Formats: sequence, C-alpha cells, structure tokens
Amino acid sequence: MQIGRVARYVLGTITLVVLGLIYLPLGVVFLNSISTSETLSWPPPGFTLEWWGKALHSEGAFEALGMSVMVAVAASTIALVLGTLAAMALSRYRFFGKESVNLLIVLPIALPGIVTGIALNNAFRTLMGVQLGVWTLIVAHATFCIVTVYNNAFARLNASGTRLEEASQDLGAGLFTTFRLVTFPHLKSALLAGGLLAFALSFDEIIVTTFTAGPGVTTLPLWILQNMFRPNQAPVVAVIAVILAVLSVVPLAIAQRLTAKDAEAVSR
Amino acid sequence: MTTRSVSAFLAPRRRLQLAGLLTPPVLWLGLVYVVALAALLVTAFWTVDELTGQVQIEWTTDNVVEVLTEALYRTVTLRTLGIAVLVTVLDIIVAVPVAFFMAKIARPRMRHLLVIAVLAPLWASYLVKVYAWRALLSSEGLIEWAVSPFGLDTPGYGIVGVVLTLSYLWLPYVIMPIYAGFDRVPDRLLEASADLGAKGWTTLIAVVMPMIRPAIIAGSIFAFSLSLGDYITTGIVGGTTQMLGNLVYANVGAANNLPLAAAISLIPIGIILLYLAAVRRTGALRSL
Amino acid sequence: MSKSPSRTALRAGIATAAVASLAACGTSDSGSGSEAAASLGAAEGTVSILAWPGYVEDGSNDPEVDWVSAFEESTGCMVTSKTYGTSDEAYQLMQSGGYDVVAASGDLTLRLIAGDLVQPVNTDLLENYDGIFDFLKDKEWNSVDGVSYGVPHGYGANLLMYNTDEVTPAPTSWDVVFDKASDYSGKVTAYDSPIYIADAAMYLMTHNPDLGIENPYALDQDQFDAAVELLKTQRDSVGEYWSDYLKEIQAFETGDSVVGTTWQVIQNSITSGNTEVVLPDEGATGWSDTWMVASDSEAPNCAYAWLDYIASPEANAQATAYFGEAPSSQEACDFRDDCEAYHAGDAEYAEQIWYWTTPVSDCVDGRTDVECVDYSEWTKAWQEIKG
Repeated sequence: MQIGRVARYVLGTITLVVLGLIYLPLGVVFLNSISTSETLSWPPPGFTLEWWGKALHSEGAFEALGMSVMVAVAASTIALVLGTLAAMALSRYRFFGKESVNLLIVLPIALPGIVTGIALNNAFRTLMGVQLGVWTLIVAHATFCIVTVYNNAFARLNASGTRLEEASQDLGAGLFTTFRLVTFPHLKSALLAGGLLAFALSFDEIIVTTFTAGPGVTTLPLWILQNMFRPNQAPVVAVIAVILAVLSVVPLAIAQRLTAKDAEAVSR
Repeated sequence: MTTRSVSAFLAPRRRLQLAGLLTPPVLWLGLVYVVALAALLVTAFWTVDELTGQVQIEWTTDNVVEVLTEALYRTVTLRTLGIAVLVTVLDIIVAVPVAFFMAKIARPRMRHLLVIAVLAPLWASYLVKVYAWRALLSSEGLIEWAVSPFGLDTPGYGIVGVVLTLSYLWLPYVIMPIYAGFDRVPDRLLEASADLGAKGWTTLIAVVMPMIRPAIIAGSIFAFSLSLGDYITTGIVGGTTQMLGNLVYANVGAANNLPLAAAISLIPIGIILLYLAAVRRTGALRSL
Repeated sequence: MSKSPSRTALRAGIATAAVASLAACGTSDSGSGSEAAASLGAAEGTVSILAWPGYVEDGSNDPEVDWVSAFEESTGCMVTSKTYGTSDEAYQLMQSGGYDVVAASGDLTLRLIAGDLVQPVNTDLLENYDGIFDFLKDKEWNSVDGVSYGVPHGYGANLLMYNTDEVTPAPTSWDVVFDKASDYSGKVTAYDSPIYIADAAMYLMTHNPDLGIENPYALDQDQFDAAVELLKTQRDSVGEYWSDYLKEIQAFETGDSVVGTTWQVIQNSITSGNTEVVLPDEGATGWSDTWMVASDSEAPNCAYAWLDYIASPEANAQATAYFGEAPSSQEACDFRDDCEAYHAGDAEYAEQIWYWTTPVSDCVDGRTDVECVDYSEWTKAWQEIKG
C-alpha cells in the first residue's frame, strides 16, 4: 500500500507513544512490587524483594489463581460450545428473528456489569432458589463470554463461504463428518482466539463476580480486592499482577502463532 | 441410533438442523439472562418492607417516578453519560492510528509482537491498574512531576482522573476490533484507490473509513458500556464523583433497596438499548 | 435457605434440635420470635464466616498471620471465610445466605436483627464471655430488649487525623472539617458511608444545642436535615471520600488529604511522619464489632465454637492487633504490646465514643413522640450529599 514515509513515521511514533503510555502504569505496578512502602505510595522510598518472597508463599493467592483458572476454563468451554452453535446457525441458515438472536448474544456484554450482576444475583436467589456458589459464577461468566466466541466464529464462517462444506456433502460425507473434517479445522484458530478472549474476560472480571460468587469462592480479582483492604498486602498484590501480565505473554504468543498460520492458509 | 443414521436423518431437514443448533444457545441465554433481566425490571415496580428489607410484591410506580423526577438521578445520569462518551471518543482517537499501524504498516513479525503487547496488560488485574493510576494522579505522583515544570498541575482525583483511568483500562478492548477491521481491508483495495490517483488521506477517508466503521462502533460498545456501569474506578480515582454504577451499588447494598436499584438500572439499560438499536444496521454487533 | 437447618441437624444425628428448629423460626418482630440455643451439641465439621478483612486469617495470605488453624485443630470445624468492604455489602451478602457467622459493626447489627438474618446468642454457653469489658456488653447495637445477639470483638474510634505541616495549630475540635473546612478546601476527607451523617449530627450536638440532638443515631426530620445541610456545605471542601484504608493512607502520605476522619490503624501505618490523630472535644463516632450467628445457620455448634474461640484472650489479641483496634478484654492485652495506643479498657475514653448503630424509625434515644429518620433515608440523603 502506498503510504508516505512521513505518515509511516508519524503513525509509528504514535503507536510507540501509546504503547509507552500503556506500559507506564504497569511500570508503576512493578515498582510498587519492589518498593519498601506498604501502601503503594509514590515515589518508592526504597526497594526490597520482601514482597516477592511473600507472594510466592501466599497460599491464598495461588488458591485464588486456581479458582480463577477453573472458572475461566469452565466458562470458556461453555461459551465455546454455545458460541459455535449460534455462529453456525446464524451464518449457515436463514430464519426469522436473526437480528434478535444476535442482540440476545451481545446483550450480556453490552449491558453494564452491575446490571448483569444484580439481575443474575436476584434470579439465582429468588427465582431459582439456589445458593450462590461456584456454579452460579460459572454460569454468569459463560453468559457474557458467548459473544466473543460467537463473533470470531461467525466472522470466519462468513468469510470462508459454504463451498467446501457443500463439496464435502456432495462427496457423501455426513453432517457430523463434514463438521469434523471440514468446518472445524477451518474454524479452529477463530475458536482459539474467541476462547482466549473469553478466558481473559472471565479471568479479570470483578463486578459480575462480586454478585454471583458464593461464600468461599474466591477468584483472583476477589482475592486482590480483599487484600487491598488488608494491612501490608498491597505490594504482594502488585507482585501477583506483574507475574500475571508477564505470564500472559505465553498463551498470547501461542495463540498468535496458530492464528497467523491459519490466516495464511486461508488467504492462500 | 448411530451418528451416521442421525446424520442421514437430519441431512435433508434444514429446519431441524437449525433448531438443533439454535436451541442450546437461545435456551441458555433466554433462561439465564432474559428471565433474570425481566425479573429485575419487574422488581423495579415492587416495594421493600422498611423493617426487614425484604422485597414485597406490591405494585407501585414510585421507584420509577423517583428516578425520573429527582434531580440527583438526572445530574448523575448526565455526568455518567458525559464520562462514558468522553472515554469512548478518547479511546477511538487513540486506537485508530495504532490499529492502522498494526494492521497495515507493521511487518508480520512486528504485528504479532504488537498484538501481544496490547493484550498483555489486560491480564494485570483491573484493580491493580486502577491503584497504579491513583499513584500517577496523586499530587506527588508521576504526572505532577512531569507537568509541573510547564506550570501545569495533575488533574488529581475527579472526573478527569476517572476519564483518563477508564480510557486506559478499556483501550485494548477498543484497539483489537479496530485492528481486526483494518486487517479485513484488502491491501489491493488501497492500492487500486491509490492507482486511481487518490492521495493517502483521501484513500483513508473515502475508502477505508466506511469499511472499518462497524469495527469502530464495536470497539465503542465496549468502552461505552464498560464505562457506563463502572463504580469501582470512580471510588478509587474519582474524588467525590458519583456515577450511575455507584447509585445502583449503594442501593443494592446500603439501602438494601433492590427495587430502587432496579429502577435506576433502567437508565443504563435504556441508554444501551438505544445505542444498540442505532448501530444495529452497521453490522457492528458482529464485530465485537 | 433451600435446606431446612433442622433436617440437616437430624441427618447428621446431632441432638441440637433446640438450636436448629428455633433458628428456622421467622418473624420480623425484631427477633423476639426466635430464641437462643439452650445447649450445644457435636461440631458439624465446617463453619462459614463472613467478616471484615483481617478478622479471619488462616495463614494463606501471610503464614505468620494465622489464628484459624488453631481453631480448626481444637474444634474440628473447618473454616471457610469471605470478607466484605462495607457494612452495606455485608448486609447484602447475609441476605444471599450461606454463612454461619458474621462479624458485624453496629451500623449493621440492628439491620441484621430486623431482617431476621441472625439469631439470639446464649452467652452462658461461651466460656470467654465473662472476661469481656462490661462497657461493651448489652448495648443497643448488640442486643434488643435485653436479649443478646452476639459477642463483642473489638472497638475503635473514628478519630480526627491531620497533617501537622498544613493544619496548625493542632486542632482539638471537629470544626476543621466542618465550619472551618474551607481553609483546607479540596484536601478534606470523610468516610464514605451514610453512617457518616452521624459525625455531623454529633458535631451539631455541641455546636447547635438548640436542635436538641441527644444521640447522633436518633435524628428526627429537623435534626437530620440540619446534619445533611452541614455535610452539603462540607462537600465543597472535600477532596475525596474514603472507604478502604489503603486509599486513605496514600492520600495522607502524598498530601492529597490533610484533614479528616480516620482510624488508629491508619495512623500506625503511615510512614511519612507528618500526621497526628486526636479525639476531639466533641467526642467521636466509632465502631464496636459483634460476632453474630446467622438465623439459618446449618452449623450452630461450630458457630458457637468460633464465637467462644475468637473471644479468648490470645485469639482476640491476634485478630484485633492485626486489624488495628482495641481488643474486647483486658486479658487480651497480655498478648499485645500496643493496647495503650488504642486506649483499650479505658472506660472513660470508650464513653466518649458514639458507637455505630443502625438508625431505625423507633428512635434509639428512647423518644416516642417523634419518628426518627431510618437508614434507607440516610442512604438516600448520603447520595444527595455526594451529588
């Protein structure tokens, strides 16, 4: 594409500056994690590795991490199944009320978390009469995660058209075989991208979580919230945040690589 | 019945296939979400027993009337809307050039790194980032230190602080769909436009913008709706600022007045539904 | 709530019918419909506790901070806990159910009792109850008509904190955050809760005696309006309202706030060295927390075991020291070296504190000729004050 040299440099600089701004607060978090101040005061009065030691021995943090991963995996899995089904239905079939179904899928993420939170809390407790627990949390998370999977899958299905599937069926493959051998491989990277986004969305969600997690269910964001109110725990929380941001690069990189390979294959 | 026979039975029956595909997600969303929302809306027309705080099924329009007529709710709604719009606009202004650079200028290797760089901060806990902003905005913070040589002051804790912090938090959610939008614009199209003599900016505005508009709107839904319901950030960097989320939260918790909280929720629900209806035709809902 | 407590008890083969079936009673008559347990049975094995952060520490956040493990070992009741940030959040959580024990401040207790969410507590069944300071027992925030609803835990005052560089001379009155607040415009801070209206009412008790306020938690409409008006004026000078103490510590360390309400533990945590706290002449509001048992508790025996354990001198000392408040008994001070800073056991000091109490329409000061403004109105007014 013909983009002037000046424009390239200008855009490149903007991107660099924005990235700098994105990482500036994270830099602050990192400094907090090695600051001697127990309250995240700025500037750090001195440096210490005490918090890193404490964080690595914090059972609470690791239990909460485990809980968060469990909830996010469960919610993403449900979202993957439901999102894929919806995407297949909306991309491959014509029917009345398509727009409404689309709206229905988008609504849980588009409405403010606190509305979703109190609505589900109220429904679980009074309408269904169930105790809040880990399942209510998973159901709530899955509900607002469907949209990320759906959109990724829908975009891929729409872009790829139906020719391959038709060919497969013409050659005698059944519906399930066609899905397994033609549609799914093609959809895989889109599902991965959608699933990863769903995972991230669930992993860091706090508002809906506050209202739908039962007693004893402590996800990492809830643990962080609680520890912000505990004496001397704020820097430990900062350590956990730094570790998470650094670790997140691994799944992100893997997903990127897979998506990129797939995209090349599609465009070829 | 074997899979094969099910498949053979279903193959000619498109309606049945559709029903099979559509039932689970629609049933889930319907049973879990629509019912919950409907129940909440109905609750807005109920009352609360003053002594026990239990919701009572006594029909009244008091809550809704109160929300519609009292000045407090009007002020807070306008403030919240203003903040949400500002955050959205700010995010789009920042996201568009970055997303364009990522999708159309950066080489593939660099592009992957950039995507990772944009997404990684999403994992560093929302709360921790908000507290980091609290440190930045403080009168002894980094911002004050950086701008005071120019005779400026940190915006401190207040509406400006809230707008900056929320824009920061939601930026990756806005960059990603716009990046995907740019990515879908074929290079050939841009080249064709340039071949026909269009200058860079003309190309951008006349050719690319209409194509990525759904993507921008998709990003805006994230920024707008996430801002509209926030109450935690406001509490930490907002000074004395109250947003709609704070009012809803206070009424669920403090006053234990779910009906009033539900009535207040009608405001953001109404705003979002209007917004979704307005952008529906652009196809933005499919770009989230 | 889906399971009847009595059925659970029977299934477990425990003879606690008295506790269980009575706990299931449900009248809204200020709890007089339910009765306390007469005796205790075998431990149920688990107990779910809702408390302020730092009240129930099992070493999972800091291996050195742990008084739950000892309890679990000695009683066989395994503890699961959840913490809350404000009394209001706690109320909401208690309504969702699933907790056996709750640590409630005075602005929450009466609401829990009125909502029939907690049951009376038979203090005779608790060995450590006798040692608790008398001035904490049978108060309007932990008992109704002489029936005890829980065990006192720890207490403290909402003190006045000021920055010694900015606020001179050293203040002795709350007027620095009310009538003189404009001197520190933008740097005044106040506690972010409707209950803070009581601070204004307490100030008016001294500075506007004509209003006739006898108790800052029992305000008739005129008295209430005056307090709200005072706070609306104050708001112009407020930089931020605080609710979590991390926020407050940061604000005082950086100088973003220079004067306002605080807790002793915040002063102890501030390292910048230019802050002081004082109990002003008008007195102060404060909190006295109470351990209560949920009315639908499925583990009343473990709940009682916890109430007794946490009132024992050593556990009480550990928990209150970690949170930063005065312990509930003199014996607990044997396990703490900072009791003096908190004025523990100082009855005279404790008397100057107006402990948080839920405002209800039956005036808690005993007036019967007027109706007092209840907490839901306080909440509404608080939102309007913040604007």
